[in-house]
Amino acid sequence: MLVGPALLGLAFLVLPLAGLLVRAPWATLPARLAEPQVLEALRLSLLSATVATAGCLLLGVPLAWLLARVEFPGRRLVRALVTVPLVLPPVVGGVALLLVLGRRGLVGEWLAATFGVTLPFTTAGVIVAEAFVAMPFLVISVEGALRGADQRYEEAAATLGASRWTVFRRVTLPMIMPGVIAGAVLCWARALGEFGATITFAGNFPGTTRTMPLAVYLALETEPEAAIVLSLVLLAVSVVILASLRDRWVSTP
Amino acid sequence: MFRRLSRRALALPAVLALGLSGCASGAGSDEPAAPAAATNLTVFAAASLTGTFTELGTAFQTANPGTAVKFNFGSSATLARQITQGAPADVFAAAGPAPMKTVTDAALASAPVTFARNRLQIAVPAGNPAKVDDLADLADPKVKVALCAEQVPCGAAAVKALDAAGVKVVPVTLEQDVKATLTKVELGEVDAALVYHTDVIAAGDKVEGIEFPAAGQAVNDYPIATLAKAPAGDLAQRFVDLVLSPQGKDVLVKAGFEAP
Repeated sequence: MLVGPALLGLAFLVLPLAGLLVRAPWATLPARLAEPQVLEALRLSLLSATVATAGCLLLGVPLAWLLARVEFPGRRLVRALVTVPLVLPPVVGGVALLLVLGRRGLVGEWLAATFGVTLPFTTAGVIVAEAFVAMPFLVISVEGALRGADQRYEEAAATLGASRWTVFRRVTLPMIMPGVIAGAVLCWARALGEFGATITFAGNFPGTTRTMPLAVYLALETEPEAAIVLSLVLLAVSVVILASLRDRWVSTP
Repeated sequence: MFRRLSRRALALPAVLALGLSGCASGAGSDEPAAPAAATNLTVFAAASLTGTFTELGTAFQTANPGTAVKFNFGSSATLARQITQGAPADVFAAAGPAPMKTVTDAALASAPVTFARNRLQIAVPAGNPAKVDDLADLADPKVKVALCAEQVPCGAAAVKALDAAGVKVVPVTLEQDVKATLTKVELGEVDAALVYHTDVIAAGDKVEGIEFPAAGQAVNDYPIATLAKAPAGDLAQRFVDLVLSPQGKDVLVKAGFEAP
């Protein structure tokens, strides 16, 4: 009863990937991979996704803690707001970022006037766009882990005189580590594949803002084969990294 | 139970395919019993034709009662790919000769006719904050410029025009289509961009257009053709005739196109 739909679901997810592999121009693959633009886009993608994930960890873990451990009015509303980037079409997210952080944006205008910093069309802009779209994955995952963790350990630590920060660092964080890593992995994968918010907010220029998904989209306009090659590279890199991370860190108990 | 489920599973892709093809005949049941001839006309047209073709489609429906014109607007290259993959279209209007060639090479259309031309302009945000008044001003490193990526028609035209003028521009971004390029100007994120005259007009007050001589070197031809497997048959040719008629020309010129 369950196996049939399960296999159908698996086929639905795997067949498109098989299609990519079947139609890949294997003969010209090595030559296409050696092109400097490919390596440039791949380097930029890996760098920006990693920095974006680091930023999400710094801000997202405390946010998840706030949602899971602190009672305050409007908490349900805040939790709903945190998930907005999940449902917002990324292109709309990119426009929203422009309206706030763009050169004439609410905050961006002040940033430009005070510090001479403009985010659009820079690698920093790519990181901001990716973090905006990917952070909810981390927050939801970490909040889930916090809710599942036994609070009595934290209470015991607190009664023994540990400060809030010490409790969080020495008791809570080690307990929820698998959830944090799983969230970071999801967050990284989402950032790596990010397209809409990136091209809308950060634009598209080789070397500074053209990440792999952007390169794939543009290649599709003229050279579908090149697009398939680029997709394969992205696919291979993410599968290798995710598979190795899962085995080492995210072992299910 | 499982058998019933699998039948439904088969119906789902069929429904999806209908929706994706852009020729959803959804309102069919409400319409009076139509004569045997096809009454649906599906037109695949470049995104830059959205305003003008929608207007012409309404005129066509008024002139041919009982017909419904459905449009699929998008990037010409994408539309050409959909047609070669078997999308059921009757008419194809492209923003350049290259996507049309994809379709004629596949023997899916013949004898395309150029029905309009579009010319590039320099688009600047209202008030022209960077004081741009010539193509040469775009070479100034302090002026932030957005161009279309070379892979799409407006980008290819921009490269041609800049080469013709001998101006070297380092843009801050290469956008994926002309509308995205225009958005960057509307929001004031860039000081200038090269887009089509029609896009400047469509943007209204938020954008000012500046003509430049080298634009004449990169005029874009818009070809239209009926498709060989057109499900609507003769109706397809009647729509092409409307686009080529004086009435069609009027609508196009008003939107900023040039007559061929």
